[in-house]
Amino acid sequence: MMDWRALVSILLLEGGWNTVVVMVGAAALGFACGAVGVFTMLRRRALMADAVAHAALPGLAGGFLLGAALGLPGRTPPLLLAGAAVAAAAAAMLIDWLSRRPRVTEDTATAAVLAASFGLGIALLSIAQTLSTGGQAGLDSFLLGSTAGMLASEAMLTAALAVAVTIVLRLALPKLAAVAFDPPFAAASGLNVARLDLLVTALSLACVIIGLRIVGLVLVVALLIIPPAAARFWSDRLGVVVAVAALFGAASAYVGAALSAVLPDLPTGAVIVLCAATLFAISMVAGSARGLLPLAWGRRRRASPASGMPAAPRSALP
Amino acid sequence: MTETGVSAALSLSRDRAPLAVEDLSVVYGGQTALDRVTWSSPASGLLAVVGPNGAGKSTLLKAILGLVPTSGGRVTVFGRPVDAARDKLAYVPQRAAVDWDFPATVLDVVLQGMVRKIGLLAGYGRDHRERAHACLAQVGMADLAGRQIGALSGGQQQRVFLARGLARDAAVLLLDEPLAGVDAVSESVILRVFDALKREGRLVVCVHHDLGTVADRFDDVLVLNRSVIAAGPVATAFVPEVLGRAYGVPLAVT
Repeated sequence: MMDWRALVSILLLEGGWNTVVVMVGAAALGFACGAVGVFTMLRRRALMADAVAHAALPGLAGGFLLGAALGLPGRTPPLLLAGAAVAAAAAAMLIDWLSRRPRVTEDTATAAVLAASFGLGIALLSIAQTLSTGGQAGLDSFLLGSTAGMLASEAMLTAALAVAVTIVLRLALPKLAAVAFDPPFAAASGLNVARLDLLVTALSLACVIIGLRIVGLVLVVALLIIPPAAARFWSDRLGVVVAVAALFGAASAYVGAALSAVLPDLPTGAVIVLCAATLFAISMVAGSARGLLPLAWGRRRRASPASGMPAAPRSALP
Repeated sequence: MTETGVSAALSLSRDRAPLAVEDLSVVYGGQTALDRVTWSSPASGLLAVVGPNGAGKSTLLKAILGLVPTSGGRVTVFGRPVDAARDKLAYVPQRAAVDWDFPATVLDVVLQGMVRKIGLLAGYGRDHRERAHACLAQVGMADLAGRQIGALSGGQQQRVFLARGLARDAAVLLLDEPLAGVDAVSESVILRVFDALKREGRLVVCVHHDLGTVADRFDDVLVLNRSVIAAGPVATAFVPEVLGRAYGVPLAVT
């Protein structure tokens, strides 16, 4: 069923210019999402990121309808992405505003906005499908992702995202770490917690919007959350966790994009997410910092005096 | 010792006190947590904030630090608004308020005390690390700098929080229940650090739950029950009549 030789040649970037573009674009996206996702995870904003991604749908459909009304040809990518970005940002602000109301908790506000905006998006998408303007064919690829027809300019955009994310996180890491660990202490020390939270929200918003095309809005949050969760099993140092999460994200997207090139019937987003989930399962078992096997191995070594290894000085001080 | 603290406090004009609170009110979802609190701190020494559950002790610390919205009143730190004087303050929150599974070592957490002292482009430098190690040594945890924070006991967690506060090199330390649920070793280490801070002329403000130990360990007291019941040196403010009013039942203090 699967052409293994084709897969290997694609993985080795020998599949021709178009596949190279796709692979590099996907890997850069995975890199950015993995790194940013560490802070989304530590600030417990995973559901928020998911809601923002789903809220992009009415923006996409609205952008399409606007383009049709203006008589623009088919789907106009900048218009679609602008619509997605506006809708996603509006959803983020709405969640923030709602969760400040008395008797509306943050998770309630987030879930309500997620469902309502996705419902609106589906309704607008149905209207768009009935138009006679053409170009609807590509719209549903935003749901589950696709690498078909990805342009070099789009790959460049994800590469620019990866570079920007690397620079921003490198500069802000100590401040973001302080805010993520203990927001009241950070605020008391004079850090602007709201502004640093906004920075993380803006970065994850950029990842989500740029990732819509490749991974799809239903699953893009998985690329923000699963690689960081997997990376957590490999290190107890924040900087290392960020680096490992970026590499896991890049690897998942790279391998996933290659697999979906060989198996064109499978949506790219689904394949990428399954690759990330596989890395998560491996990390949970084998992760060097807190994987199940190393923990069990460490316990046995400590339990057995014959190993010559003294008990770890876990309670040197009470 | 208490006597000099008292006279220093009395000689200070109100608007130059390390902490001065005027008419401060905080309302949480319709409930009044603090009701027109007016109080100014002594110049230095060890001060306990006591009062029954729900008296607004932790809320007072948070309101002083600007961490909760206030519905009226004014806070000054050495005569200046809090936002202009944050370098003078160190906050040591309750240790239960954070996730100790966070990917960080003991040293990483202590370095956070200096997060405002690093440049935009540089991370923590060698001098920051040396200072962090010195703060850890002060709380008796010099050899645990590389330990993952999830592997610490409760008392060790509290000492790491204290070390992070020390790293801020602040004139005023605000601690929320630093002695709650810690082991005997940690308690004696923390009290030793308090004494050193007092000798250095700093002000240590502790939310404290254990009335039986107030007189032994603190110079001054603020008895709170949504508003100020009494404030001043332990000898005059920490008396049965005051505590009866604060707690609503007669209490004997030994």
